[in-house]
Amino acid sequence: MTIAHEQRRATRGDGAHTHLSVLNPMGYPPRVTGKALAPRLDSLDGKTVFLVDCRFDDSARLLEQVQTWFVKHMPGVTTRVVSLANVYGKDDPELWARIKREGHAAIVGVGH
Amino acid sequence: MTLESGYGVPVVMLHTHVFDRVVRSTVRMNGMPGMRAAYVPQPVMGKSESELWEYVTGKNPITGRAVMQEVVEGLTSPLTTDDLSGETFERSTPRLVEPDTEENLHALFLRNHWTDTLPIVLPTEERVANMLAHTRHKPDELVGRMRITGHREAWAYTVEKVAVNAVMAGARPEYFPVILALAASNVTARGSSSSSMASLVVVNGPIRQELEMNSGIGAMGPFNHANSTIGRAYSLLSQNLEGGSVPGLTYMGSQGNAYSFTNVTFAENEEASPWEPFHVEQGFKPTDSTVSIFGSVWHTGFTLGLREGHWRQVVERMLLGMDPLCRPFFVLDPIAARQFAEFGGFETKAKLAEWAYDLARIPAAQYWDYQLIQNYIYPRATFGEEPFASRLRAAPDELVHMFAPDSIHTVVVGGETNAYWRLFSAGYTRTMNVDDWR
Repeated sequence: MTIAHEQRRATRGDGAHTHLSVLNPMGYPPRVTGKALAPRLDSLDGKTVFLVDCRFDDSARLLEQVQTWFVKHMPGVTTRVVSLANVYGKDDPELWARIKREGHAAIVGVGH
Repeated sequence: MTLESGYGVPVVMLHTHVFDRVVRSTVRMNGMPGMRAAYVPQPVMGKSESELWEYVTGKNPITGRAVMQEVVEGLTSPLTTDDLSGETFERSTPRLVEPDTEENLHALFLRNHWTDTLPIVLPTEERVANMLAHTRHKPDELVGRMRITGHREAWAYTVEKVAVNAVMAGARPEYFPVILALAASNVTARGSSSSSMASLVVVNGPIRQELEMNSGIGAMGPFNHANSTIGRAYSLLSQNLEGGSVPGLTYMGSQGNAYSFTNVTFAENEEASPWEPFHVEQGFKPTDSTVSIFGSVWHTGFTLGLREGHWRQVVERMLLGMDPLCRPFFVLDPIAARQFAEFGGFETKAKLAEWAYDLARIPAAQYWDYQLIQNYIYPRATFGEEPFASRLRAAPDELVHMFAPDSIHTVVVGGETNAYWRLFSAGYTRTMNVDDWR
Protein backbone atom coordinates (compact mmCIF):
# COMPACT_ATOMS: atom_id res chain seq x y z
CA MET A 1 0.00 0.00 0.00
CA THR A 2 1.33 3.45 -0.86
CA ILE A 3 1.47 6.26 1.69
CA ALA A 4 -1.05 8.24 -0.36
CA HIS A 5 -3.46 5.31 -0.38
CA GLU A 6 -3.14 4.98 3.39
CA GLN A 7 -3.88 8.63 3.91
CA ARG A 8 -6.93 8.51 1.63
CA ARG A 9 -8.21 5.50 3.53
CA ALA A 10 -7.80 7.26 6.89
CA THR A 11 -9.58 10.44 5.95
CA ARG A 12 -12.47 8.90 4.11
CA GLY A 13 -13.41 6.81 7.12
CA ASP A 14 -12.55 3.43 5.87
CA GLY A 15 -13.68 0.93 8.53
CA ALA A 16 -11.21 0.55 11.39
CA HIS A 17 -9.27 3.60 10.23
CA THR A 18 -12.14 6.02 10.73
CA HIS A 19 -10.99 8.97 12.78
CA LEU A 20 -13.32 9.94 15.61
CA SER A 21 -13.57 13.28 17.29
CA VAL A 22 -14.12 12.96 21.03
CA LEU A 23 -14.18 15.39 23.95
CA ASN A 24 -11.50 15.75 26.60
CA PRO A 25 -12.72 14.56 30.03
CA MET A 26 -10.38 16.65 32.19
CA GLY A 27 -11.53 19.64 34.24
CA TYR A 28 -10.08 23.15 34.15
CA PRO A 29 -7.07 23.78 36.40
CA PRO A 30 -6.41 27.18 37.96
CA ARG A 31 -3.56 29.45 36.94
CA VAL A 32 -0.39 28.87 38.94
CA THR A 33 1.18 32.03 40.37
CA GLY A 34 4.86 31.93 41.24
CA LYS A 35 5.94 32.73 44.77
CA ALA A 36 9.47 33.56 45.88
CA LEU A 37 11.31 31.54 48.46
CA ALA A 38 12.51 33.30 51.58
CA PRO A 39 16.14 34.52 51.69
CA ARG A 40 18.57 31.94 52.98
CA LEU A 41 20.84 32.34 55.97
CA ASP A 42 24.60 32.72 55.60
CA SER A 43 25.06 30.26 58.43
CA LEU A 44 23.00 28.51 61.09
CA ASP A 45 25.51 29.27 63.86
CA GLY A 46 23.95 31.43 66.54
CA LYS A 47 20.52 31.05 64.95
CA THR A 48 17.28 29.53 66.22
CA VAL A 49 15.68 26.83 64.10
CA PHE A 50 12.15 25.70 64.86
CA LEU A 51 11.42 22.02 64.32
CA VAL A 52 7.72 21.93 63.47
CA ASP A 53 5.82 18.75 64.24
CA CYS A 54 2.93 18.23 61.80
CA ARG A 55 1.29 15.89 64.33
CA PHE A 56 1.08 12.98 61.93
CA ASP A 57 2.43 9.46 62.24
CA ASP A 58 4.98 10.12 65.04
CA SER A 59 6.55 13.18 63.36
CA ALA A 60 7.61 14.60 66.73
CA ARG A 61 9.75 11.54 67.47
CA LEU A 62 11.71 12.03 64.25
CA LEU A 63 12.18 15.73 64.95
CA GLU A 64 13.52 14.91 68.40
CA GLN A 65 16.31 12.98 66.67
CA VAL A 66 16.92 15.98 64.39
CA GLN A 67 17.25 18.08 67.54
CA THR A 68 19.72 15.58 68.99
CA TRP A 69 21.75 15.78 65.78
CA PHE A 70 22.07 19.55 66.11
CA VAL A 71 23.16 19.23 69.75
CA LYS A 72 25.88 16.79 68.75
CA HIS A 73 27.06 18.28 65.45
CA MET A 74 26.08 21.95 65.46
CA PRO A 75 25.86 23.02 69.13
CA GLY A 76 25.86 26.67 68.13
CA VAL A 77 22.35 26.24 66.71
CA THR A 78 19.38 26.60 69.05
CA THR A 79 16.47 24.31 68.16
CA ARG A 80 12.93 24.28 69.48
CA VAL A 81 10.48 21.46 68.80
CA VAL A 82 6.96 22.83 68.45
CA SER A 83 3.72 21.21 67.33
CA LEU A 84 0.93 22.49 65.14
CA ALA A 85 -1.99 23.53 67.31
CA ASN A 86 -4.43 21.29 65.49
CA VAL A 87 -4.48 18.58 62.82
CA TYR A 88 -2.02 18.97 59.93
CA GLY A 89 -4.68 20.23 57.57
CA LYS A 90 -5.37 23.32 59.67
CA ASP A 91 -3.35 26.49 59.22
CA ASP A 92 -1.57 27.80 62.32
CA PRO A 93 -0.90 31.53 61.86
CA GLU A 94 -0.07 32.00 65.54
CA LEU A 95 2.74 29.51 65.28
CA TRP A 96 4.03 31.02 62.02
CA ALA A 97 4.06 34.46 63.65
CA ARG A 98 5.93 33.08 66.65
CA ILE A 99 8.52 31.42 64.42
CA LYS A 100 8.95 34.67 62.48
CA ARG A 101 9.32 36.60 65.74
CA GLU A 102 11.59 34.25 67.66
CA GLY A 103 13.34 32.15 65.02
CA HIS A 104 15.40 32.32 61.87
CA ALA A 105 14.43 29.14 60.04
CA ALA A 106 12.19 26.08 60.25
CA ILE A 107 12.32 22.37 59.50
CA VAL A 108 8.80 21.04 59.02
CA GLY A 109 8.09 17.33 59.26
CA VAL A 110 6.89 14.83 58.47
CA GLY A 111 5.03 15.70 55.32
CA HIS A 112 2.25 13.42 54.19
CA MET B 1 4.72 26.87 52.05
CA THR B 2 2.81 29.56 53.96
CA LEU B 3 5.71 29.99 56.37
CA GLU B 4 8.15 30.37 53.47
CA SER B 5 6.21 32.65 51.15
CA GLY B 6 3.91 34.41 53.58
CA TYR B 7 6.23 34.97 56.52
CA GLY B 8 9.63 35.01 54.82
CA VAL B 9 11.06 32.19 56.95
CA PRO B 10 13.40 29.78 55.14
CA VAL B 11 11.99 26.26 55.43
CA VAL B 12 13.16 22.75 54.69
CA MET B 13 10.39 20.16 54.49
CA LEU B 14 11.11 16.69 55.80
CA HIS B 15 9.10 13.96 54.07
CA THR B 16 9.18 10.22 53.69
CA HIS B 17 10.53 9.04 50.37
CA VAL B 18 7.33 7.54 48.92
CA PHE B 19 5.85 11.02 48.74
CA ASP B 20 8.59 12.41 46.48
CA ARG B 21 6.42 12.77 43.35
CA VAL B 22 3.50 14.16 45.34
CA VAL B 23 5.72 16.76 46.99
CA ARG B 24 7.28 17.90 43.72
CA SER B 25 3.89 18.16 42.10
CA THR B 26 2.28 19.98 45.01
CA VAL B 27 4.99 22.62 45.37
CA ARG B 28 4.99 23.22 41.62
CA MET B 29 1.20 23.63 41.57
CA ASN B 30 1.61 26.19 44.33
CA GLY B 31 4.14 28.19 42.31
CA MET B 32 7.16 27.21 44.42
CA PRO B 33 8.95 24.37 42.61
CA GLY B 34 12.20 25.22 44.40
CA MET B 35 10.88 24.53 47.93
CA ARG B 36 13.65 22.69 49.71
CA ALA B 37 12.93 19.14 50.83
CA ALA B 38 14.81 16.23 52.30
CA TYR B 39 13.55 12.68 52.52
CA VAL B 40 13.87 9.93 55.07
CA PRO B 41 12.76 6.34 54.58
CA GLN B 42 9.12 5.38 54.94
CA PRO B 43 7.69 4.70 57.54
CA VAL B 44 8.38 6.99 60.45
CA MET B 45 5.37 5.70 62.34
CA GLY B 46 6.14 3.00 64.88
CA LYS B 47 9.92 3.26 64.56
CA SER B 48 12.15 3.20 67.65
CA GLU B 49 14.37 6.04 68.79
CA SER B 50 17.47 4.30 67.45
CA GLU B 51 15.82 3.58 64.10
CA LEU B 52 14.80 7.22 63.73
CA TRP B 53 18.34 8.26 64.66
CA GLU B 54 19.56 6.06 61.79
CA TYR B 55 17.13 7.86 59.50
CA VAL B 56 18.43 11.28 60.53
CA THR B 57 22.10 10.34 60.34
CA GLY B 58 21.63 8.25 57.22
CA LYS B 59 21.09 8.98 53.59
CA ASN B 60 18.15 10.40 51.70
CA PRO B 61 16.72 7.37 49.80
CA ILE B 62 15.98 9.60 46.79
CA THR B 63 19.30 11.41 46.34
CA GLY B 64 21.71 9.17 48.26
CA ARG B 65 23.08 12.20 50.09
CA ALA B 66 23.25 12.70 53.85
CA VAL B 67 19.89 13.87 55.15
CA MET B 68 21.19 16.51 57.53
CA GLN B 69 23.63 17.85 54.96
CA GLU B 70 20.64 18.46 52.67
CA VAL B 71 18.71 20.04 55.53
CA VAL B 72 21.51 22.46 56.43
CA GLU B 73 22.17 23.28 52.77
CA GLY B 74 18.46 23.84 52.24
CA LEU B 75 18.52 26.60 54.84
CA THR B 76 21.83 28.20 53.87
CA SER B 77 22.70 27.67 50.21
CA PRO B 78 22.01 30.69 47.97
CA LEU B 79 18.77 30.78 46.04
CA THR B 80 18.67 30.54 42.26
CA THR B 81 17.02 33.11 40.00
CA ASP B 82 14.06 30.76 39.62
CA ASP B 83 13.71 30.52 43.41
CA LEU B 84 13.38 34.30 43.59
CA SER B 85 10.40 34.40 41.24
CA GLY B 86 8.74 31.06 41.62
CA GLU B 87 7.02 29.65 38.55
CA THR B 88 3.92 31.18 36.99
CA PHE B 89 2.06 29.37 34.26
CA GLU B 90 -1.34 29.00 32.72
CA ARG B 91 -2.89 25.64 32.08
CA SER B 92 -5.84 24.86 29.92
CA THR B 93 -7.75 21.79 28.96
CA PRO B 94 -8.73 21.59 25.30
CA ARG B 95 -12.33 20.81 24.53
CA LEU B 96 -11.47 18.12 22.01
CA VAL B 97 -8.88 15.41 21.80
CA GLU B 98 -6.87 15.07 18.59
CA PRO B 99 -9.00 12.91 16.23
CA ASP B 100 -7.80 9.36 15.85
CA THR B 101 -9.00 5.82 15.31
CA GLU B 102 -11.24 4.21 17.88
CA GLU B 103 -8.47 1.82 18.86
CA ASN B 104 -5.92 4.59 19.31
CA LEU B 105 -8.34 6.72 21.30
CA HIS B 106 -9.06 3.89 23.72
CA ALA B 107 -5.31 3.44 24.14
CA LEU B 108 -4.86 7.18 24.66
CA PHE B 109 -7.57 7.40 27.33
CA LEU B 110 -6.02 4.47 29.17
CA ARG B 111 -2.49 5.87 28.86
CA ASN B 112 -3.61 9.27 30.15
CA HIS B 113 -5.24 7.67 33.22
CA TRP B 114 -8.63 9.00 32.14
CA THR B 115 -10.39 5.70 32.76
CA ASP B 116 -10.80 3.21 35.59
CA THR B 117 -8.87 0.75 33.39
CA LEU B 118 -12.11 -0.92 32.28
CA PRO B 119 -13.31 -0.16 28.71
CA ILE B 120 -15.17 3.11 28.41
CA VAL B 121 -17.62 4.57 25.91
CA LEU B 122 -15.76 7.13 23.84
CA PRO B 123 -17.33 10.58 24.37
CA THR B 124 -18.10 11.61 20.82
CA GLU B 125 -19.82 14.93 20.28
CA GLU B 126 -23.03 13.19 19.35
CA ARG B 127 -23.08 11.07 22.51
CA VAL B 128 -22.27 14.05 24.70
CA ALA B 129 -24.99 16.11 23.00
CA ASN B 130 -27.52 13.36 23.74
CA MET B 131 -26.46 13.41 27.39
CA LEU B 132 -26.73 17.21 27.54
CA ALA B 133 -30.30 17.06 26.25
CA HIS B 134 -31.39 15.66 29.63
CA THR B 135 -30.77 18.79 31.63
CA ARG B 136 -32.03 22.32 31.22
CA HIS B 137 -28.61 23.61 32.32
CA LYS B 138 -26.41 24.97 29.56
CA PRO B 139 -23.25 23.10 28.54
CA ASP B 140 -20.92 25.91 29.53
CA GLU B 141 -22.49 26.48 32.94
CA LEU B 142 -20.07 26.04 35.83
CA VAL B 143 -21.14 23.08 37.97
CA GLY B 144 -18.51 23.02 40.67
CA ARG B 145 -14.93 22.53 41.78
CA MET B 146 -13.14 19.52 43.18
CA ARG B 147 -9.71 19.00 44.65
CA ILE B 148 -7.66 15.87 45.21
CA THR B 149 -6.87 16.82 48.79
CA GLY B 150 -7.34 19.93 50.87
CA HIS B 151 -3.79 20.97 50.00
CA ARG B 152 -4.17 20.69 46.25
CA GLU B 153 -5.64 23.25 43.91
CA ALA B 154 -9.35 23.15 43.03
CA TRP B 155 -10.20 22.37 39.40
CA ALA B 156 -13.40 23.71 37.84
CA TYR B 157 -15.82 21.95 35.50
CA THR B 158 -18.87 22.65 33.39
CA VAL B 159 -22.04 20.75 32.59
CA GLU B 160 -20.44 19.56 29.37
CA LYS B 161 -17.38 18.20 31.17
CA VAL B 162 -19.65 16.21 33.48
CA ALA B 163 -21.53 14.91 30.42
CA VAL B 164 -18.27 13.72 28.87
CA ASN B 165 -17.52 11.60 31.93
CA ALA B 166 -21.10 10.36 32.15
CA VAL B 167 -20.87 9.09 28.56
CA MET B 168 -17.56 7.40 29.34
CA ALA B 169 -19.16 5.54 32.24
CA GLY B 170 -21.83 4.14 29.95
CA ALA B 171 -24.63 6.05 31.68
CA ARG B 172 -27.88 6.58 29.80
CA PRO B 173 -28.83 10.23 29.22
CA GLU B 174 -31.82 10.02 31.56
CA TYR B 175 -29.40 9.38 34.45
CA PHE B 176 -27.67 12.71 33.83
CA PRO B 177 -29.51 14.82 36.48
CA VAL B 178 -28.35 12.41 39.21
CA ILE B 179 -24.78 12.54 37.91
CA LEU B 180 -24.89 16.34 37.70
CA ALA B 181 -26.16 16.49 41.28
CA LEU B 182 -23.20 14.38 42.38
CA ALA B 183 -20.80 16.66 40.48
CA ALA B 184 -22.42 19.76 41.97
CA SER B 185 -21.66 18.51 45.48
CA ASN B 186 -17.99 19.48 45.05
CA VAL B 187 -17.26 16.27 46.96
CA THR B 188 -14.80 14.04 45.17
CA ALA B 189 -15.25 10.29 45.18
CA ARG B 190 -11.54 9.90 44.49
CA GLY B 191 -9.75 11.90 47.13
CA SER B 192 -6.15 10.93 47.80
CA SER B 193 -5.45 9.43 51.18
CA SER B 194 -2.98 6.74 52.16
CA SER B 195 -6.01 5.18 53.89
CA SER B 196 -7.57 4.32 50.49
CA MET B 197 -10.95 5.77 51.37
CA ALA B 198 -13.85 5.25 48.99
CA SER B 199 -17.34 6.72 48.69
CA LEU B 200 -20.88 5.41 48.92
CA VAL B 201 -23.97 6.87 47.25
CA VAL B 202 -27.64 6.53 48.24
CA VAL B 203 -30.47 7.66 45.99
CA ASN B 204 -33.90 8.54 47.39
CA GLY B 205 -37.24 9.69 46.07
CA PRO B 206 -39.18 9.17 42.83
CA ILE B 207 -36.06 9.21 40.64
CA ARG B 208 -35.42 5.66 41.82
CA GLN B 209 -38.47 4.36 39.97
CA GLU B 210 -38.02 6.72 37.01
CA LEU B 211 -34.59 5.28 36.34
CA GLU B 212 -35.54 1.73 37.40
CA MET B 213 -32.83 1.71 40.02
CA ASN B 214 -32.44 -1.30 42.27
CA SER B 215 -33.14 -1.17 45.98
CA GLY B 216 -33.85 -4.89 46.35
CA ILE B 217 -32.05 -8.14 45.59
CA GLY B 218 -28.44 -7.48 44.59
CA ALA B 219 -28.80 -3.69 44.91
CA MET B 220 -25.17 -3.19 45.93
CA GLY B 221 -23.88 -5.63 43.33
CA PRO B 222 -23.28 -5.52 39.55
CA PHE B 223 -26.89 -6.16 38.54
CA ASN B 224 -28.53 -2.85 37.72
CA HIS B 225 -27.50 -0.53 34.90
CA ALA B 226 -28.45 2.72 36.64
CA ASN B 227 -26.87 1.78 39.98
CA SER B 228 -23.64 0.71 38.27
CA THR B 229 -23.17 3.48 35.75
CA ILE B 230 -24.23 6.37 37.98
CA GLY B 231 -21.70 5.18 40.54
CA ARG B 232 -19.07 4.70 37.86
CA ALA B 233 -19.76 8.14 36.41
CA TYR B 234 -19.23 9.69 39.84
CA SER B 235 -15.88 7.93 40.04
CA LEU B 236 -14.71 8.96 36.57
CA LEU B 237 -15.87 12.55 36.85
CA SER B 238 -14.15 12.84 40.22
CA GLN B 239 -10.80 11.59 39.00
CA ASN B 240 -10.82 13.57 35.75
CA LEU B 241 -12.37 16.82 36.84
CA GLU B 242 -10.27 17.24 39.98
CA GLY B 243 -6.96 16.89 38.18
CA GLY B 244 -6.32 13.17 38.16
CA SER B 245 -6.04 10.08 40.30
CA VAL B 246 -2.71 8.49 39.40
CA PRO B 247 -1.01 6.15 41.89
CA GLY B 248 2.12 7.71 43.37
CA LEU B 249 1.29 11.17 42.07
CA THR B 250 -2.32 12.16 42.70
CA TYR B 251 -3.46 9.02 44.52
CA MET B 252 -1.59 7.65 47.54
CA GLY B 253 -3.97 4.98 48.83
CA SER B 254 -1.61 2.33 50.10
CA GLN B 255 -3.84 -0.63 49.22
CA GLY B 256 -6.57 0.88 47.08
CA ASN B 257 -10.27 0.23 47.55
CA ALA B 258 -12.45 -2.00 45.37
CA TYR B 259 -15.48 0.17 46.23
CA SER B 260 -13.96 2.98 44.17
CA PHE B 261 -15.15 1.52 40.87
CA THR B 262 -18.82 2.34 41.43
CA ASN B 263 -18.91 3.83 44.91
CA VAL B 264 -21.46 1.34 46.26
CA THR B 265 -24.31 3.22 44.59
CA PHE B 266 -27.84 2.07 45.27
CA ALA B 267 -31.41 3.21 45.89
CA GLU B 268 -32.77 3.00 49.42
CA ASN B 269 -35.62 0.52 49.81
CA GLU B 270 -37.96 3.15 51.23
CA GLU B 271 -41.06 1.04 50.66
CA ALA B 272 -39.93 -1.91 52.81
CA SER B 273 -38.28 0.16 55.53
CA PRO B 274 -39.88 0.51 58.97
CA TRP B 275 -38.46 4.03 59.15
CA GLU B 276 -38.51 7.26 57.21
CA PRO B 277 -36.19 7.50 54.19
CA PHE B 278 -32.71 8.89 54.60
CA HIS B 279 -33.40 12.09 52.66
CA VAL B 280 -36.47 12.87 54.75
CA GLU B 281 -34.28 12.62 57.85
CA GLN B 282 -32.12 15.30 56.26
CA GLY B 283 -35.08 17.62 55.82
CA PHE B 284 -36.20 16.83 52.28
CA LYS B 285 -39.76 15.98 51.28
CA PRO B 286 -40.56 12.36 50.46
CA THR B 287 -41.39 13.49 46.92
CA ASP B 288 -37.97 15.11 46.44
CA SER B 289 -35.46 13.15 44.43
CA THR B 290 -32.05 13.27 46.05
CA VAL B 291 -28.62 11.72 46.05
CA SER B 292 -26.59 11.47 49.28
CA ILE B 293 -22.84 11.07 49.49
CA PHE B 294 -20.88 9.24 52.15
CA GLY B 295 -17.09 9.36 52.36
CA SER B 296 -14.30 7.66 54.28
CA VAL B 297 -15.66 4.26 53.29
CA TRP B 298 -13.26 1.68 54.64
CA HIS B 299 -14.62 -0.92 57.01
CA THR B 300 -17.38 -3.39 56.22
CA GLY B 301 -18.71 -5.63 58.98
CA PHE B 302 -21.35 -8.21 58.24
CA THR B 303 -23.64 -10.69 59.92
CA LEU B 304 -27.01 -12.39 59.61
CA GLY B 305 -29.94 -10.98 61.52
CA LEU B 306 -30.39 -10.60 65.26
CA ARG B 307 -31.19 -13.29 67.81
CA GLU B 308 -33.08 -12.61 70.97
CA GLY B 309 -30.43 -13.94 73.35
CA HIS B 310 -27.36 -11.78 72.74
CA TRP B 311 -28.21 -9.38 69.92
CA ARG B 312 -26.94 -6.39 71.90
CA GLN B 313 -23.54 -8.02 72.41
CA VAL B 314 -23.33 -8.94 68.72
CA VAL B 315 -23.90 -5.34 67.67
CA GLU B 316 -21.52 -4.11 70.36
CA ARG B 317 -18.73 -6.38 69.12
CA MET B 318 -19.24 -5.19 65.57
CA LEU B 319 -19.01 -1.58 66.67
CA LEU B 320 -15.97 -2.22 68.87
CA GLY B 321 -14.29 -3.95 65.91
CA MET B 322 -14.20 -0.66 64.02
CA ASP B 323 -11.47 1.92 64.12
CA PRO B 324 -12.81 4.80 66.26
CA LEU B 325 -12.15 7.24 63.43
CA CYS B 326 -14.77 5.39 61.37
CA ARG B 327 -18.37 6.58 61.24
CA PRO B 328 -20.75 3.64 61.66
CA PHE B 329 -23.31 3.26 58.89
CA PHE B 330 -25.91 0.55 59.33
CA VAL B 331 -26.96 -0.85 55.95
CA LEU B 332 -29.83 -3.20 56.70
CA ASP B 333 -31.91 -5.59 54.65
CA PRO B 334 -35.58 -4.78 55.41
CA ILE B 335 -35.93 -7.96 57.48
CA ALA B 336 -32.95 -6.96 59.61
CA ALA B 337 -34.31 -3.42 59.89
CA ARG B 338 -37.60 -4.74 61.27
CA GLN B 339 -35.66 -6.91 63.74
CA PHE B 340 -33.75 -3.89 65.00
CA ALA B 341 -36.99 -1.92 65.29
CA GLU B 342 -38.69 -4.75 67.16
CA PHE B 343 -35.88 -5.96 69.43
CA GLY B 344 -34.61 -2.53 70.41
CA GLY B 345 -37.84 -0.61 70.23
CA PHE B 346 -36.11 1.76 67.79
CA GLU B 347 -39.06 3.73 66.43
CA THR B 348 -36.71 5.90 64.39
CA LYS B 349 -33.26 5.62 62.86
CA ALA B 350 -32.19 8.33 65.31
CA LYS B 351 -33.06 6.08 68.26
CA LEU B 352 -30.91 3.29 66.82
CA ALA B 353 -28.04 5.77 66.31
CA GLU B 354 -28.37 7.04 69.87
CA TRP B 355 -28.29 3.51 71.27
CA ALA B 356 -25.27 2.52 69.15
CA TYR B 357 -23.41 5.65 70.19
CA ASP B 358 -23.97 4.86 73.84
CA LEU B 359 -23.07 1.19 73.41
CA ALA B 360 -19.73 1.75 71.67
CA ARG B 361 -17.28 2.56 74.45
CA ILE B 362 -13.73 1.43 75.12
CA PRO B 363 -11.13 2.29 77.79
CA ALA B 364 -9.58 5.72 77.21
CA ALA B 365 -6.06 4.29 77.09
CA GLN B 366 -7.05 2.03 74.19
CA TYR B 367 -8.92 4.82 72.42
CA TRP B 368 -5.91 7.10 72.41
CA ASP B 369 -3.65 4.28 71.23
CA TYR B 370 -5.22 4.07 67.75
CA GLN B 371 -2.84 5.72 65.24
CA LEU B 372 -5.69 7.41 63.38
CA ILE B 373 -6.94 8.87 66.63
CA GLN B 374 -3.42 10.13 67.35
CA ASN B 375 -3.27 11.70 63.87
CA TYR B 376 -6.71 13.25 63.62
CA ILE B 377 -8.34 13.50 67.05
CA TYR B 378 -5.51 14.00 69.53
CA PRO B 379 -4.44 17.36 68.04
CA ARG B 380 -8.05 18.58 68.20
CA ALA B 381 -8.33 17.37 71.79
CA THR B 382 -5.19 19.23 72.84
CA PHE B 383 -6.62 22.28 71.12
CA GLY B 384 -9.55 22.04 73.56
CA GLU B 385 -12.19 20.84 71.11
CA GLU B 386 -15.02 18.84 72.68
CA PRO B 387 -15.99 16.08 73.09
CA PHE B 388 -12.36 15.06 72.48
CA ALA B 389 -10.79 17.23 75.17
CA SER B 390 -12.91 15.48 77.82
CA ARG B 391 -11.80 12.07 76.56
CA LEU B 392 -8.21 13.21 77.05
CA ARG B 393 -8.92 13.94 80.71
CA ALA B 394 -10.44 10.47 81.27
CA ALA B 395 -8.56 7.96 83.42
CA PRO B 396 -6.87 5.18 81.39
CA ASP B 397 -9.49 2.57 82.24
CA GLU B 398 -12.47 4.88 82.06
CA LEU B 399 -14.82 3.97 79.19
CA VAL B 400 -15.12 6.68 76.54
CA HIS B 401 -17.35 6.93 73.51
CA MET B 402 -15.71 5.68 70.33
CA PHE B 403 -17.74 7.77 67.93
CA ALA B 404 -19.28 11.21 67.65
CA PRO B 405 -23.01 11.24 68.51
CA ASP B 406 -24.14 12.58 65.15
CA SER B 407 -21.89 10.38 63.07
CA ILE B 408 -24.05 7.23 63.03
CA HIS B 409 -26.60 6.70 60.23
CA THR B 410 -28.81 3.96 58.80
CA VAL B 411 -30.30 3.06 55.44
CA VAL B 412 -32.42 0.12 54.36
CA VAL B 413 -31.61 -1.79 51.19
CA GLY B 414 -32.08 -5.35 50.07
CA GLY B 415 -34.61 -7.82 48.72
CA GLU B 416 -35.51 -9.76 51.87
CA THR B 417 -34.03 -13.07 50.74
CA ASN B 418 -32.47 -13.07 54.19
CA ALA B 419 -31.88 -10.73 57.14
CA TYR B 420 -28.30 -9.86 56.31
CA TRP B 421 -26.95 -6.54 57.37
CA ARG B 422 -23.70 -4.64 57.13
CA LEU B 423 -21.93 -2.12 59.27
CA PHE B 424 -19.92 0.12 56.99
CA SER B 425 -17.56 2.86 57.90
CA ALA B 426 -19.16 5.69 55.91
CA GLY B 427 -19.28 9.33 56.94
CA TYR B 428 -22.32 11.27 55.77
CA THR B 429 -21.22 14.30 53.75
CA ARG B 430 -24.21 15.92 52.03
CA THR B 431 -27.43 15.40 50.15
CA MET B 432 -28.06 17.01 46.77
CA ASN B 433 -31.41 17.72 45.15
CA VAL B 434 -31.55 15.89 41.81
CA ASP B 435 -34.58 17.92 40.69
CA ASP B 436 -32.37 21.04 40.51
CA TRP B 437 -30.45 19.38 37.69
CA ARG B 438 -33.26 18.06 35.49
